Amino acid sequence: MSWVTFFQQLMNGISVGSLYALLAIGYTLVYGILGLINFAHSDVFMLGTYFAFFMMVIFLLPWWLSVLIGVALCAVVGMSIERVAYRPLRNAPRISALITAVGVSFFIENFGLVTVGARPKGFPRPDLMKNVYVLLGARIQGVTFWVPVISILILFVLFSIVYRTKIGIAMRAVSKDMETTRLMGVDVDRIILYTFALGSALAGIGGVLWACKYPQINPLMGIFPGWKAFTAAVVGGVGNVVGAMLGGFIIGLAEILIVAFFPGLTGYRDAFVFTILIVFLLVRPGGLMGEAVREKV
Amino acid sequence: MRSDAVLQIENLHVFYGGIHALKGVSLFVPRGTIVALIGANGAGKSTTLRTISGLVQPREGRILFEGQDITGESPHRIVEMGIAMVPEGRRIFPNLTVMENLLLGAYTRRDHRSLKRDLEWVFSLFPRLRERTWQKGGTLSGGEQQMLAVARALMSRPRLLMMDEPSLGLAPLLVREIFHIIQELLQSGVTILLIEQNARAALEIAHYAYVLETGRVTLEGEGKRLLEDERVRKAYLGEE
Repeated sequence: MSWVTFFQQLMNGISVGSLYALLAIGYTLVYGILGLINFAHSDVFMLGTYFAFFMMVIFLLPWWLSVLIGVALCAVVGMSIERVAYRPLRNAPRISALITAVGVSFFIENFGLVTVGARPKGFPRPDLMKNVYVLLGARIQGVTFWVPVISILILFVLFSIVYRTKIGIAMRAVSKDMETTRLMGVDVDRIILYTFALGSALAGIGGVLWACKYPQINPLMGIFPGWKAFTAAVVGGVGNVVGAMLGGFIIGLAEILIVAFFPGLTGYRDAFVFTILIVFLLVRPGGLMGEAVREKV
Repeated sequence: MRSDAVLQIENLHVFYGGIHALKGVSLFVPRGTIVALIGANGAGKSTTLRTISGLVQPREGRILFEGQDITGESPHRIVEMGIAMVPEGRRIFPNLTVMENLLLGAYTRRDHRSLKRDLEWVFSLFPRLRERTWQKGGTLSGGEQQMLAVARALMSRPRLLMMDEPSLGLAPLLVREIFHIIQELLQSGVTILLIEQNARAALEIAHYAYVLETGRVTLEGEGKRLLEDERVRKAYLGEE
């Protein structure tokens, strides 16, 4: 493989990886706090693309404003899911919440199929994403370049929130000890809502950027990126924000590079990612950055 | 309602599932005093504090804080009103730094200037914490964690401080230090409701104490008087 091809693939991997990272953080934030895998997360990712799509196509709003509104709506949807579906089950057995999460996911997907239909829609991309740049002799698509740049900026904002603000301190506290956090005067239900808002906004951004890279959107488009981002969260250590980001980049790079080096394995691209998931669950369920798994009693 | 009361509890009944944990507990905490709850494991001491702080809802009875009925309020509202708790086993957030633990204690506070002053205040009470502001809570020793737990509770500027077994698992020297601090807090106007296994130490500093047995108050009186009480000496001070 030539250097140029390798570099192109590397950029491509980083670009896909940064999208997994954005999505994985939503899984990990919610898991860290509620011990719940929010299966509906990948559907919020999908909704983000549709929200932005309709803002552009029906309301004819500029691209950036449509994305902003789409992301805000995702945050609202995320909070609504928590309020309507998960909060009433806060003290129920965990399996009930898990089944509910699957139910919410199916509901959103099928609601999408009924209302907007299964036929994919073309997602309008700004020129910025369509340009082609020449970088170190390699031709790099605008989207491949800008997606990681934007993602990393967003991750920076996220880390500032989690590690530098009062709400961030409360989030990390809730994830360790919900009851003691209550004793500190923290309205824990509100912190959980913020967590869902934050994770869902990231999913919305991820969705829009994904649609810039693969500009065909449909109501089931979230499923595979969702599973892969979940894998990324497991690889990084579920509940660990830095780990989720790391896992996202690892999965993205691994998936792209394995195909680049072994073109014969192209058909096994997805299987490869899920093999990583299974191996990690067997060998190192705590992930790269997670602590040893301990059962909460 | 007596006018000098910070906290008054009337006929509190609490159930855990089917277990009747508190069977009509009434108690009274006057302003500017140390009140101790003593009793064996499972007598209902912790349940009483957890009910006051809003973590557990009573089936029956009333809790009045400075004359205001706070029964059924949520825990974060109760902290806002001025009641803070040092929970049993310290419950420091191991993943947060000492400073973050303290800031979380001040979560309900809005005024930044007085926040700084209070940080100085708790650092003057616990100088050891000042040197460790950037250390993770989980890396502190047991004694330091206990100090952090007290400091963290003080950061909400409580008028009533509840302490659940502050001396548990600490070396005798540290126990003395903690009890010294408790008296110092009293000087600065904080009223204290204290649970202790270490009944002797508690009764020595308490102005008033209640003895709980299987969810009921069986005995009450001034701390010094209970120290001399025949039943207390036998049951809780290990004397013949």
